[in-house]
Parts: sequence; C-alpha cells; structure tokens
Amino acid sequence: MSKPLFGLVLGGILGIFDGLTAWFTPSVRDQLLTIVLGSTVKGLIAGFAIGYFSKKVDNLALGVVAGLAIGLLLAWGVAAMPSESGKHYYFEIMLPGAIVGAIVGYATQKYHARLSTA
Amino acid sequence: MRWLSDSTVAHLKHVAEWPDLVETKYGVLGEIGRGGMGTIYLAEDRVLGRRVALKVVSTGASDPAAAARMLREARVIARLEHPGIVPVHDAGTLPDGRMFYAMKRVDGRRLDEVALDGGASLPDRLRVFQKVCEAVAFAHAHGVIHRDLKPENVMVGPFGEVLVMDWGVAKVLEEAAEPPLTTGPGAATATSEGTVLGTPAYMAPEQAAGRADRVGPAADVYALGALLHFLLTRRPPFDDEAAGRRARGETSLSPGPVRSAEGPLPPSLVAIAGKAMEAEPAARYSSVEELAADVARHLDGSRVLAHRETPGQKAARIFARYRTPILLIAAYLVMRTLLFFFSRRG
Repeated sequence: MSKPLFGLVLGGILGIFDGLTAWFTPSVRDQLLTIVLGSTVKGLIAGFAIGYFSKKVDNLALGVVAGLAIGLLLAWGVAAMPSESGKHYYFEIMLPGAIVGAIVGYATQKYHARLSTA
Repeated sequence: MRWLSDSTVAHLKHVAEWPDLVETKYGVLGEIGRGGMGTIYLAEDRVLGRRVALKVVSTGASDPAAAARMLREARVIARLEHPGIVPVHDAGTLPDGRMFYAMKRVDGRRLDEVALDGGASLPDRLRVFQKVCEAVAFAHAHGVIHRDLKPENVMVGPFGEVLVMDWGVAKVLEEAAEPPLTTGPGAATATSEGTVLGTPAYMAPEQAAGRADRVGPAADVYALGALLHFLLTRRPPFDDEAAGRRARGETSLSPGPVRSAEGPLPPSLVAIAGKAMEAEPAARYSSVEELAADVARHLDGSRVLAHRETPGQKAARIFARYRTPILLIAAYLVMRTLLFFFSRRG
C-alpha cells in the first residue's frame, strides 16, 4: 500500500469516527448522517493529500505540521458553510480536523510501504 | 665519573629502537604508541605515497617467539576484512632482522578518551558499542576471538568510523595447539606478553584463571559487557586494586556496580551489562549478535530481553516510544470532551 493510499484509508476511517462524535452534541444529532458523510469525505481528501506529502517529504516533524495544516484548511472549508440555523461551527469542526490531520501526518510518515518486487 | 647522563642513555636507547627502513619502501615519521610486544610508528609508504602505521617488534623482544606472534597477529587481522577492523597492508622482516607489519593509519581517538571527555551522549556511545559488536561478531564468524577488548583498543574516527585494534592476543579457534594462558601481577590496563594475555579489568573469569581451553566467544561477550560498563559509568568494572587481585588469581571477584555519577542509568542497560558479565559463560548472551540485538532493542524503545521490567517501567517505555501519537490522540480526546461540555453549556 502506498503512502497516499494509506493516508486515504486512515483519513476515511478517522473521518467516520470524528463525524460520529457529533452524536454527543444533541443539537446536531438529527444531522448525524450528513455530518458523518461530510467528515468522511473531508478525511479521505485530507488523508490522500497528507499521504502524498509524506511520500515526497520524509520528515516526521514536517509531516505532522503539514497534516495539521491540511486538516485545518479542509476543516475551515467545511466550517465556512453555515448550518441550517445559519450558525458556523468553526471551533467544533476546525480543531478536531487539525488534530486528526496531525495524526494522519504522523502515521503516514511512520508508515513504510513494502518494496515492490515487480 | 659518569660519561653519559640518564637522559642521554635513554635517548640513545630510543634511537637504537628506531627501525632500520633503509632498504624498504617505508620512511619513519614518528612514534605513535608502544605495547608489550612492539612499537607502532607513523610511516610513509613511498611507493603509494600514503601514510601507514608500522608495527615493529621491540628490540627487547626480538626473539623468534615474538616475531612468530607478530606474524600470527598480522595473519589474523589479514583474514578479517571488515570495516570495523583495521586492515593490514603488508608484512615482512626489516633489514635489522625485526618482524614488522604495515596497517592502515587510523586517525581519531581511543574510545576511552571519547567516553571520558563527556562530549559523546549515551546513545552515541551505544552506537559505537554496536559497531564494536559488529566487528567482533564478524571475527567470531571467522573463528577468531579477540581476548583483549577494552576501550583503549577501540578507535573512533572523525567521521564516526569505529575500528577494533590490537589483535595481538587473539585466539584462532581452529588452531589446535596454543600455549596456556598464564596470569600474573599487572596494572589494570597492562597487556604484557608472557604474563597476562588480556587486561585483568576487562577479561572474563575463565580467561583470568588461565583456562585457555575454556576461553571461547563467551569471553569476548564478557569483555564487551565490561566495555559497556565502562561506557555507562566511565569507569572500568574492576578498579586497579581489584584488577590486580584478579591478575593474581582471584577470579571470583564481582564487578563494581553499574552506577553513574551523572544520574540514574536506564535499568535495561544495566541489565544488559550484567547479563553479558555473568561469571558463568553459559549464563551470558550466547553470542555477540544477541548482545548487540538487546542494545538495539533498548535504543529502539523495545523490550530488552535481559531485563524484567515493572508495569511502571513498561508504561514509561511505551510512552517514550510512542509519545507523539499518544499525545495527539490525548489532545484529540481532551479537545472533544471540552467541546462537548461547552456545547452543553451553550
């Protein structure tokens, strides 16, 4: 599995998990499916981008910082869209998004794909 | 009335010792060091235009046995082609009849100097130790036991290269007949031919007891444990007094505690040194590779086989190894919890 693919899978899984945590917020519980779907798509895109960065740059600290930045950027894109009530959830979306991005950045830097014999 | 002063006599002796290289391709540039068997000179190979180290049998030991021992040493080193073992370029007899061999001139410092000046961190010292282990393991694979491993016999180059030196008392396992080892009085760091083969402060009990038949790879494992003891504590495992007693036959003495004045040492490293320096050869690591692997496990943050850790030590080791992901996940969970409580308040 290549680093971008690994980032894609991990980003997607963490995206699902991150979206599901919305269940603990009663005010948005009725929108859970939308939130999980949006969070998963965001995780997939961020994971792929972070994995691609890790493929190009072999540096743990830079990988974590890049993951943080990419996660933050994509989460900002989502948070910029207002909810049905017209409210923006910047902190609620951007903070977890950034940390999940950092986790994916760390994991993709540590992940070493097996050498292909092809 | 004295015609010559002591200093003049000493100077004349020194000049008389100087090797006669007139009909050789070498030119002496200076003296590098002196051992029980020979003197090492810095010389220039005039044909290849490079500097080499020339080991020449001392005039005081120019009997056939000394020459044979030096030739044997050169042959032992010549069969060990490894980056961690100083290579031999040439061997022969000088016009004055003395045996010599030329080897690579090693720039750098002895490991004891490197360890004592305080500049090298513990992980750096352990990485040097691993390279020493690699060279010794290679020698063992080729049937050679060093028998005199100590910090003074390891050179550390300016680019991190590590070379194991002084194979003068090495044992070749396939050689059937070998003179028995004899012990005798000697300073903790002295290696003198005919009395003590090896260095009492670092040698295994079976070697100190003069049991040549029992000296195998395990003796080098013990000496490597003693070397690790030195790298951890910056002191040899046996002080001068204890080493002298060992040289006189008290082989049951236990090494000093693995304690550093600079602070507590990692228990896993203390356990590794202790296992390598077990009195019974069978209780030590079964090979140098096993010893090196345990040191690698320590450096990697994995569990060291020689050490049974407490739950607290295990938790500390796992946290140290996976600090970044643990902190990231903890930060995520803390932040999620805070957001949860803030959303309820809002």
